Amino acid sequence: MNKKTKYSAAGEVGDVRVRRTRWGRMKIILSKAPISAWFGMFVVACYAFVAVFAPLLAPFGEAEIFAKADLPWAWHDGNAKHFFGTDQIGRDTLSRLIYGARNTIGIALVTTCLSFLIGGSLGLIAAINRSWLDQFLSRGIDVLMSIPSLIFALMLLSIFGSSIPSLIMIIAVLDSTRVYRLTRSVAINVAIMDYVEAATLRGEGLEWIMRREILPNIMTPLVAEFGLRFSFVFLTIAALSFLGLGIQPPTADWGSMVRDGSRFIQFVAFDWTLALPSLLPAGAVALLTVAVNFVVDWFLHMTSGLRDEI
Amino acid sequence: MKSDPKIRGSKDDVLLDMRNVIIDGFSDEQWHPIIKGVDLTLRRGEVLGLIGESGAGKSTLGKAAMGYAQPGCAIKSGSIVFDGIDLLTATEAEKMDLWGSRIAYVAQSAAASFNPAHRLIDQTIEATVGHAVATDIEARKDAVELYGALSLPDPKEIGQRYPHQISGGQLQRVMTAMAMSPRPDLIIFDEPTTALDVTTQVEVLLSIRSIVERFNTAAIYITHDLAVVAQMADRIKVLRYGEEVEDAETNTMLEYPKEDYTKSLWSVRALEKPEDPSDDIVLDIKNIDAAYEKSVKVLKNVSIKVPRGRTVSIVGESGSGKSTTARVVAGLMPPLGGTITFNGQTLPPSIKERSKDQLRRIQMIYQMADTAMNPKQTVGEIIGRPLSFYHDMSSAEEERRVIDLLKMIELDETFIDRLPSELSGGQKQRICIARALAAEPEVIICDEVTSALDQVVQEGILTLLLKLQKELGITYLFITHDIAVVTAISDEIVVMYQGEVIEQGLKSKVLRPPYPDYTKLLLNSVPEMDPNWLDRFVDARNSGTQNIK
Repeated sequence: MNKKTKYSAAGEVGDVRVRRTRWGRMKIILSKAPISAWFGMFVVACYAFVAVFAPLLAPFGEAEIFAKADLPWAWHDGNAKHFFGTDQIGRDTLSRLIYGARNTIGIALVTTCLSFLIGGSLGLIAAINRSWLDQFLSRGIDVLMSIPSLIFALMLLSIFGSSIPSLIMIIAVLDSTRVYRLTRSVAINVAIMDYVEAATLRGEGLEWIMRREILPNIMTPLVAEFGLRFSFVFLTIAALSFLGLGIQPPTADWGSMVRDGSRFIQFVAFDWTLALPSLLPAGAVALLTVAVNFVVDWFLHMTSGLRDEI
Repeated sequence: MKSDPKIRGSKDDVLLDMRNVIIDGFSDEQWHPIIKGVDLTLRRGEVLGLIGESGAGKSTLGKAAMGYAQPGCAIKSGSIVFDGIDLLTATEAEKMDLWGSRIAYVAQSAAASFNPAHRLIDQTIEATVGHAVATDIEARKDAVELYGALSLPDPKEIGQRYPHQISGGQLQRVMTAMAMSPRPDLIIFDEPTTALDVTTQVEVLLSIRSIVERFNTAAIYITHDLAVVAQMADRIKVLRYGEEVEDAETNTMLEYPKEDYTKSLWSVRALEKPEDPSDDIVLDIKNIDAAYEKSVKVLKNVSIKVPRGRTVSIVGESGSGKSTTARVVAGLMPPLGGTITFNGQTLPPSIKERSKDQLRRIQMIYQMADTAMNPKQTVGEIIGRPLSFYHDMSSAEEERRVIDLLKMIELDETFIDRLPSELSGGQKQRICIARALAAEPEVIICDEVTSALDQVVQEGILTLLLKLQKELGITYLFITHDIAVVTAISDEIVVMYQGEVIEQGLKSKVLRPPYPDYTKLLLNSVPEMDPNWLDRFVDARNSGTQNIK
């Protein structure tokens, strides 16, 4: 294409003139992912795999009982029967770790999604509406936020009982207050853009404006928050389990495994492998948190247009 | 401090010398040359005008003159020597030392360049004191003098204010004072008046010119407005696609342009639509009053008649209520009183009460195409939405129609999957036009649609709008502060001032004497290509004030 020819509107920018599919865009983006992001995605994929196929991968059942407090790598008849040993009532630690992935991640994921659904949609409505509804929601949320969340959660759990659905609902609602704050504050900046006004002028309804005009433009902070919230929910559940009000036995979850295993910690001076029953689930939480945040960081970096020195 | 205004660039005293500069930019996963080997020489005290359409690389070149490449750009080769210092081999620390003391930069948007949390005077002297060019007390005293020299109101007190407390034109002048405060040898003005309306622009131009002359500062003045550059520059350099097209003294360049491209730049303003009176009124705005938050009235008894298939331009400076009028018509701002009749029916005041069909018939195009398009939607989605929303098209039909519309706006189907960020300013505005056309409207409200674009692109958009009007019989309500655009596109003109309509009439009537006072001021403030225009404007104004006295 000779640029010196007559002015043409189509020729103003770029010589590349091919139609690009969404998949093509994805490929370009993926090809640029840094090593940390690949590591994060790999770890998350592994966890997902373990969580989905837990019954196939685990050598024993979740609540099957064997010899009590078997040491890791203890050899029985020339076989390591319980690779990571058994816990204080004789359940296989490796199996419980694998089942724990399913329970802990599953519950944390559902809770985080739910809190984003509640907080995100209310935040968007408040940002678009900006009238008494905004005031009503914001002040209500302020009240909820002013109560320390762990104590509030403990109180609610003791009222509603600590079944898994109530655990999910309570943490989701409490966490949604933070999501609401964030969504509202970033959505307000987008809601004043001309393209939102153009959509209003077209006669579009609230749902379209929320979902198609504003949401895609606030995804960056929301995804960042999602990574962070996911890790926090994870930790909240672990903390609640640690206090005995979270996921109830015999359901395996990493938080309660840390609590149960911690009793052995005092004997570590005699045999270091005794630290494993509590360190392994704690490490599993830590690794997943780091991996999720690697992926989120990469996503942020990509969408916020930040660039390294080239 | 230099004070003799007469020495304007003696031949041998070269301040800045750029040789064969090549700058690459990073986009689409690869490096592209943005500046392809440009030479630039600037003598002490000389003002060089850099002009060209957007994407010509004029801002990049201007920043390179400071030895700076913005993120995503890199100076690949060539030499940039500022007063004996090679800026390409200088360390960051050495360059930091030059910037803000000997080289200063004035950005296009003053509002975005000030820190809203600090007083103006603190920001004005920050670099001067920081580089130990002067002491705090001296710099403050000097800043007040500069404010005075730039004819800012109340120079002693204005520095105590915060950026949001003064107007855009004043802020641009404070920014010039800030650049001038360390008495730099070189100032780079990057489109300093583009965002201002004509009457403010004249004031800022005058201030900049007088102060640059007074301190014999060399300047690079980047703009796309030829008439502005004609007032400011001793020499003009025309850029296109990162290459130099022509470089000559201002007078020579204006009178005898050599290259075809330069000539085409000069002839843009010749576009003129023959006016065509009509009595078939499609939109009748009667006695509209409007106010924000029930406080200050921004529209007072505004009545405008818009004939079918014609263009009515509303002109006036910022704050005159012309954009508010557009918002009232669009239904975004319900008026306090008055009626709008559309096709013989009264339009409900607010969007919520208007039917889908009424909304479809009045479309709006915005000034900033950047913010008028959702950055996360592709061109196909942007243009396609009105089709499926108003006309219930299936997705296959929709795609066909989108391609038709793209052809109508002189683009092609390869644009369907692009995101707005992959388009140029002119292309974006074309997409916005296509989105408005997709609704098949009767009236399109154009709110300053060309003011963010440079001349050649502006002409393209105006020609397109005229062509569409001819083919589809669309009525335009055209809001602008640019008189050249008004002559190009309108049949009728409405002049507004402080929320009131000063006059409405056919173009031939409004643009010819006798004028009301305000129309006259507005028309006289529009820069002309004559390099002596600014002087004549000042003379006329001075004699005018004497007459009043």
